[in-house]
Parts: sequence; structure tokens; C-alpha cells
Amino acid sequence: MKRYSAFAIAREAARYHTGWERAWRSPEPKSHYDVIIIGAGGHGLATAYYLGKNYGITNVAVIEKGWLGGGNTGRNTTIIRSNYLQDPSAAIYEKARSLYETMSQDLNYNVMFSPRGVIMLAQTEHEIRGYQRTAHANALQGVKTEWIGPERVKQLVPIIELSGPRYPVLGGLWQSRGGTARHDAVAWGYARACSDMGMDIIQQCEVTGIDKSGGNVTGIQTTKGAIKCNKLGMVVAGNSGHLADMAGFRLPLESVALQALVSEPIKPCMDVVVMANTVHGYMSQSDKGEMVIGGGTDGFNNYTQRGSFHHLEETVRALIETFPMISRLKMLRHWGGIVDVTGDRSPIIGTTPVGNCYINCGWGTGGFKAIPGSGWAMAEVIATGEPQGLAAEFGLNRFQEGRFIDESVAAGVAH
Amino acid sequence: MLILTCPNCGIAADETELHADGQAHITRHGAGASDDDLEEYLFMRNNPKGVHFERWRHVYGCGKWFHAARCTMTLEVFGTYPAQTLEPPKDLVAKIKKKRPDWEGFVK
Ligand SMILES: Cc1cc2nc3c(=O)[nH]c(=O)nc-3n(C[C@H](O)[C@H](O)[C@H](O)COP(=O)(O)OP(=O)(O)OC[C@H]3O[C@@H](n4cnc5c(N)ncnc54)[C@H](O)[C@@H]3O)c2cc1C
Ligand SMILES: [Zn+2]
Repeated sequence: MKRYSAFAIAREAARYHTGWERAWRSPEPKSHYDVIIIGAGGHGLATAYYLGKNYGITNVAVIEKGWLGGGNTGRNTTIIRSNYLQDPSAAIYEKARSLYETMSQDLNYNVMFSPRGVIMLAQTEHEIRGYQRTAHANALQGVKTEWIGPERVKQLVPIIELSGPRYPVLGGLWQSRGGTARHDAVAWGYARACSDMGMDIIQQCEVTGIDKSGGNVTGIQTTKGAIKCNKLGMVVAGNSGHLADMAGFRLPLESVALQALVSEPIKPCMDVVVMANTVHGYMSQSDKGEMVIGGGTDGFNNYTQRGSFHHLEETVRALIETFPMISRLKMLRHWGGIVDVTGDRSPIIGTTPVGNCYINCGWGTGGFKAIPGSGWAMAEVIATGEPQGLAAEFGLNRFQEGRFIDESVAAGVAH
Repeated sequence: MLILTCPNCGIAADETELHADGQAHITRHGAGASDDDLEEYLFMRNNPKGVHFERWRHVYGCGKWFHAARCTMTLEVFGTYPAQTLEPPKDLVAKIKKKRPDWEGFVK
């Protein structure tokens, strides 16, 4: 693999850009791999990457039914933060956030990580208490966050309206090292690095069945034929229930639509990410100048990657009260992704009832921020066969044992 | 926009008038249940790609609960029926089977 650098740009400029090579190979599947990962979203690709990087396991295929990064990884609003309440969450999300800081250098691929800071607004008395509690928890966990008052919020976000009639801004939880990154660059960067290690990324190849023998996985059936493997990782977000069904086990989650939209580009007006969880809306400004907006999930099971229009209306209505200046903005595009939501709003990483079959799912509305940490943890589980390390608490059995990692009340609904 | 006809009051209500409440026909295990049964009741869900039986409440209408059969791949509504039942009506199941020959049928 030729490295990207300022020198490479100069060299290619001098020869009419004829020397760039493809970022990753697109091979036909081999008949057998040590490890197969289903799903070339951020989490699947990061899992493959850390299998190679941390454990030297490179006879790996990543199987993707569409194009890589075309699932939720390419559909999210790219908010990165680690200000969760529970210790296991703080550990994995903070690991992820810290890996984002060095990801561009590590992958030799510019993922445009922008640690611009994230504010979660408190707009009710209950939220003030909740976020102050989170700030204290974060201090104990070694995650730098701070509770800030309304004046500081206004300083950080001049376009905000503090005295909304229904939900005035009473303060916020501020994580200065949170931010955003370019979502598909994260997938592309990992894909390029995996391909460079000799792994096969196989796109346009849908997994249609899981082969088992004596309770253990032996391979998969795909639209490009059968492929054997020693170990299998399922990392398919909204399709996890469907894949688990193929393997013969059930999951404690449901798939629902989550939507986002972007406005026409405008001049820079907001250089932090703002989340307003009470009114279900959040917003940031992309490098192109678009306002990137997201809201809450639809309430019903859905696999269509389309959501309900009234949810967008509710989100925009709420944000207009908080940011009156956006009321005249035209919206350019809107889209949806299918997110897999668990009972305690925390992910599942670990072993399954089927031998040599591992799962990573349940990231729901907020897994972009977790990609490197999740891949790191999942690689450890697959390489060792044991649910340990950062993944230890996130096992599938926690629902039966009543060991929830309850982030649903504390950290707000989305992202 | 999703429109469901409430079998209680007969109104064709759009989703802003309704509240979705997930999978229907779940066995509600109580005190003394095994860990497996409680896990099944509280957390495990069918989450199918395709035919889904689910609970809805006509919150901004008559306020009553009902059930709906819907396709999660197309958002097609096959029908709605009263909540006072342990499984979907036979004629509705037959109608769905006709439209979706590959469907495995109602599983609890
Ligand atoms: C609108 C929206 C906004 C969001 N905003 C944020 C945010 O601001 N911050 C944040 O942290 N998170 C956010 N999220 C959540 C985040 O996008 C996801 O948690 C994350 O991208 C999940 O990544 P993944 O790799 O697990 O899944 P995906 O990227 O969905 O990848 C799974 C892949 O599996 C493939 N697949 C499925 N079935 C099969 C099969 N049978 N065979 C082969 N391949 C298969 C799919 O095609 C897909 O490419 C948002 C999500 C949405 C939808
Ligand atoms: Zn009614």
C-alpha cells in the first residue's frame, strides 16, 4: 500500500494523478477463512482491523451485502462523546474516543476527527440533576466533562436562545474533547488498512444462512456461495435479529428507524455539537456548512430505512425554539437508518449460544462514537474466545442475570 | 404515514394519534417464574423482517389498546384486531399467508 502524504499529493499532481492505487482490493471469496466478519460497517471493519493489528489474525474476510459503510455507519450524524453514566460504558466509549484522536495517523487516512466539544443541554430540573450526577460519575471514571451554567452555554453557542418559553436552557454537560468525524472515512480508512493486511473485503455478498455442526459454526451461505470459517463474528446492527435467527438464537432487541437531515450550507455559525435530549433534537455544523440535525426514533419495528415524517417535524420544531435563526433554512436531504435497540440501551458484545459464533450489536442510536473501542473489544473476544476486557460486562447473558448497563434514563435518548 | 384502523372505535387513525408498544401475544410471566421465562417476557423479541404482530394504543382517540399485523419490510398493514385474544384471528392469518406464501406462520 502506498502511503498518503503531502509528498504523495505533490508527486501525483506532477503526473496528472495517474498513480493513485485503489484503496482496497475487491477479491472473490476464498473457500475458507480463520475468521469471517459479517457486516462491513464501522464496527465490523474495526473488529477485523484490531484482529490483525492486536492479535496478528489476518486470514479474515469481511462480508457485506451492500457497499461498505452503507449501513448506519454512513447514515449517522457523527457525534462522538464518552460522557456516559455507567462504568462499563464510560470505559468502552472513552477508549473509543481516545482512539479517534489518533485514528488518522494510525490508519494513514484522514477521518477528519474534529474534537470541537459536545454540550448536552439541561432543559428541566430533572436534567440538571441527571447531568450533574453524570459529571460526578465521569470525574470518578477519568472522563473529562463538566457541568456549565447558561452563561457559559451562550458563550459557546452564540446562536442559542436560552429563554425558550417551554424549555429554557438551564445549563449543560460539556465534554470539550468530544466532537465529530467524517463517518464514511472511518469505514474507508479501516477497509484500506484491513485490505493492506491481506484481509478480503467482499461487497455485494449477502449472508443467507449459517452452517453449524454439533452446536458450532462451521461457515456461512452467501449469494456468492458457501464459505467456511473457524470463527464467525456478526456485526450487522439493525439486521442482527435476522442473522441471529439464521444461526438459531434469539436476541433482546428490536429494529427501528432513526432519521437525520441536513440543511443547505451556510456560513460558520456554530462550532460545537449541541444536543437537546428533552426536546429530542441535536445539531452540529459540517465542514461544508450544512446544519446536521437528528432526532428520536420511531416507535415501531421497521426495516425499510425510512422513517415517519412527523418525527422530523417534531425535531425541527423543537430545534427552532432553541435556535430561532434556523427557522428560515432550507433542508436539503433527509434519510433513515435501522437501529437495533436493546432493553437497557447498551450494546451486546460477546459469545452466543452457538459455538465459535460471536456477536456485536445493540449499539442502537449511538454507536458511531464507539467504533474503534467496539472493534478493539470485539477483536479481543474473537481472538481469545472469552468475553473479557472492555466487553466483559456487555454479554448477552446480562438480561437473564439482571445485570443491566442502564443508559436509557441517564444519558438521554440519542447519541 | 402509517394509518391503522382502531377496532375499538372504528376510526382510521394516523400514527400521530397512536402509540406503538412492540410485539403482541407475549406470555407475561410473573412472580415465581424462572430466569429464562422472565428474560423471554421482558427482553427477548421476535423482531422479524416481514410479518409482525404488535400492540398499539389509540392514545389520542378512544384510549384503548388493540393489535395490528404489519410488514416491517414494506410497512403494509394486513389488518387490526381487538387486544382481547391470545393469538391473531384465523382469517387474518390466512389472508397474510396468501400474500406472503413464504411466511412461516404465526409463532408465539
Ligand atoms: C440517523 C442516524 C443518526 C445517528 N447518529 C449517531 C451519532 O451522532 N453518533 C453516534 O455515535 N451514533 C449515531 N448513530 C448510530 C450509529 O450510526 C450506529 O450505531 C453505527 O453506525 C453502527 O455501526 P455498525 O457497523 O454496527 O452497523 P452498520 O454500519 O449498519 O453496518 C452493518 C452492515 O451489515 C450489513 N449486513 C446486514 N445484513 C447482512 C447480511 N445478511 N449479509 C451481509 N451483510 C449484512 C449491512 O449492509 C451494513 O453495511 C446514528 C444512527 C442513525 C441511523
Ligand atoms: Zn380507538
